[in-house]
Amino acid sequence: MALFILRRLLGSLVLVLVMSMLVFLGVFAIGDPINTLVPPDASEAERQAVIVHFGLDRPLPRQYATFLGNAIQGDLGRSFRFDEPALRLIAQRVPATLELAFAALILTIVVGIPLGLLAGFRPNALSSRLVMGISAFGFSVPTFWLGLMLIMLFAVFLGWLPASGRGATVTVLGLPLSFLTIDGLRHMLLPALSLAAFKLSLIIRLTRAGTQEVVTSDYVKYARAKGLRNGRIVFVHVLKNTLIPITTVLGLEFGRTIAFAVVTETIFAWPGMGKLIIDSIAVLDRPVIVAYLMMTVVMFIFINLVVDIIYSTLDPRVRLEELR
Amino acid sequence: MNDAGVSGSAVVERIRFRDRPLGRALSEYRESGSAMVAFAITLVVLLAALFAVQLSPQNPYDLAKLDILDGVLPPLSMGMEGQTYLLGTDEQGRDMLSAILYGLRISLTVGIVSTILAFALGTSLGLAAAYRGGRLDAWLMRVVDLQLSFPALLIALVLLVALGQGIDKITLALVITHWAYFARSARGSALAERNREYIEAARALRLSDARIVFRHLLPNVMPSLIVIATTMVARAISTEATLSFLGIGLPITEPSLGLLISNGFRYLLSGKYWISFYPGIALVVAIIALNIMGDRLRDVLNPRLRK
Repeated sequence: MALFILRRLLGSLVLVLVMSMLVFLGVFAIGDPINTLVPPDASEAERQAVIVHFGLDRPLPRQYATFLGNAIQGDLGRSFRFDEPALRLIAQRVPATLELAFAALILTIVVGIPLGLLAGFRPNALSSRLVMGISAFGFSVPTFWLGLMLIMLFAVFLGWLPASGRGATVTVLGLPLSFLTIDGLRHMLLPALSLAAFKLSLIIRLTRAGTQEVVTSDYVKYARAKGLRNGRIVFVHVLKNTLIPITTVLGLEFGRTIAFAVVTETIFAWPGMGKLIIDSIAVLDRPVIVAYLMMTVVMFIFINLVVDIIYSTLDPRVRLEELR
Repeated sequence: MNDAGVSGSAVVERIRFRDRPLGRALSEYRESGSAMVAFAITLVVLLAALFAVQLSPQNPYDLAKLDILDGVLPPLSMGMEGQTYLLGTDEQGRDMLSAILYGLRISLTVGIVSTILAFALGTSLGLAAAYRGGRLDAWLMRVVDLQLSFPALLIALVLLVALGQGIDKITLALVITHWAYFARSARGSALAERNREYIEAARALRLSDARIVFRHLLPNVMPSLIVIATTMVARAISTEATLSFLGIGLPITEPSLGLLISNGFRYLLSGKYWISFYPGIALVVAIIALNIMGDRLRDVLNPRLRK
């Protein structure tokens, strides 16, 4: 186990290095940021001063070497736009994104698993067919359009919920959190729902498939023959055994949630890191783009590692060495 | 699966179409009502995109035809010249129905072209990896695993940030994000087929590697690839729309459905829903129809599920 983690971490380090090179080169290929930094009426001397100030006059390998040297010390450059460290800029917005992602994840679990169990136990009931129909829809509808439709229905036509922003927050341990106030929850519901839709459909399908598989197994038949309560059969015999694939998928889906938060945050003006990256791309704020991409790469490597470890603890038949 | 191997003999000639693998799959496909409806819808969507010019009441990008006084009219309104706008107009007085038909064309082109290219690239690499094995296989699968551990949207986003906007660039980005699915599936099926007798027979006949891979191996791994291709077209359309909505996919000169929806976003907040709503409906209907077809094809073409 320790050897496996060590090997994975070493591989990850190489990966991060390669990705940093790709990201740096890729971001360097996009337009000249000078035009967005300097007002059009600036003199040539002022222009040059800005170029030298941001180090944009030096050759590319030198710029990369400086970037890498600084990155190791936790400095991913200063934002052109805010003149603040890019990493701090992103770090300030991470809690909002994580809060939204967790809200979507909790919504998925709390709603998805019971509906999946229902559809699995009574596959021919009208309610089950309805659930499966909605899940097929949630599978196909693009996240951004679902977000727009939720705004249209609940914010514009019905006027029940706010369409954008984060609402009132409560600061706990230095982190502003929305879910502790009614206003914050009201702001969070629509973006979380649109972010959760795809996962919800996936979990419903997975739970249903797992339930159908387990329900016909001998040990469930035996449990019924013993005369166990239905609740005990559902939660102990069925749910526990369908939980393994669900956990793995949810872990992997968490990464997708972070990626799709880019879309949801843009639509609902949620002040997270996804909205920051889209705004930064629009004005070619290179250091922020590079920092965001590097943060995401590291985050994904971490998520994948954690999922592998959880998977092996849940299912002792899987040995980590085999997972590479 | 491979009766074709003995074609030429008179007995095989007399086998009816519906007894051949393809015929049987098609007749099984027809048994599902919803799958047939999905097929019909896909056909209608394809034809609508193909004949967008003939079907549109108006050329939505001929500025001389647009009347600014007809701007942001709700569905079924009458225009200045007495024409009816079935799905309303946008802020420039553009007929939304026409804009959707033209937009569908761009969205479908990106989805289909990128899937064909990803199919060709991924399948060739996957088959080569399975047939050759060894180091090529190990490296290719490592790249595939690595790529599939990141969400497609994120990879496409990174690529487009580097490449810039454009219909060619988004197609390239989608090929790069989607080839891995084809490579993994082609390799998986090919590994299972590689040791079957007909491949051994082909080797014994000293056929060239290329001939064995393309004439013998490829037809037998095709079923699973067709299923993936169907859902990949849907995914590519959805990803393109998402990226265009975010303003990093297609430029304003290539108004796909995603851009139409993005354009209608600010009007949506004041209750003028139709500019975003109807292009979205077209998008969702196309994606759902493709996904239902993919699901049914998976059931029909998967030999493990066959009775």
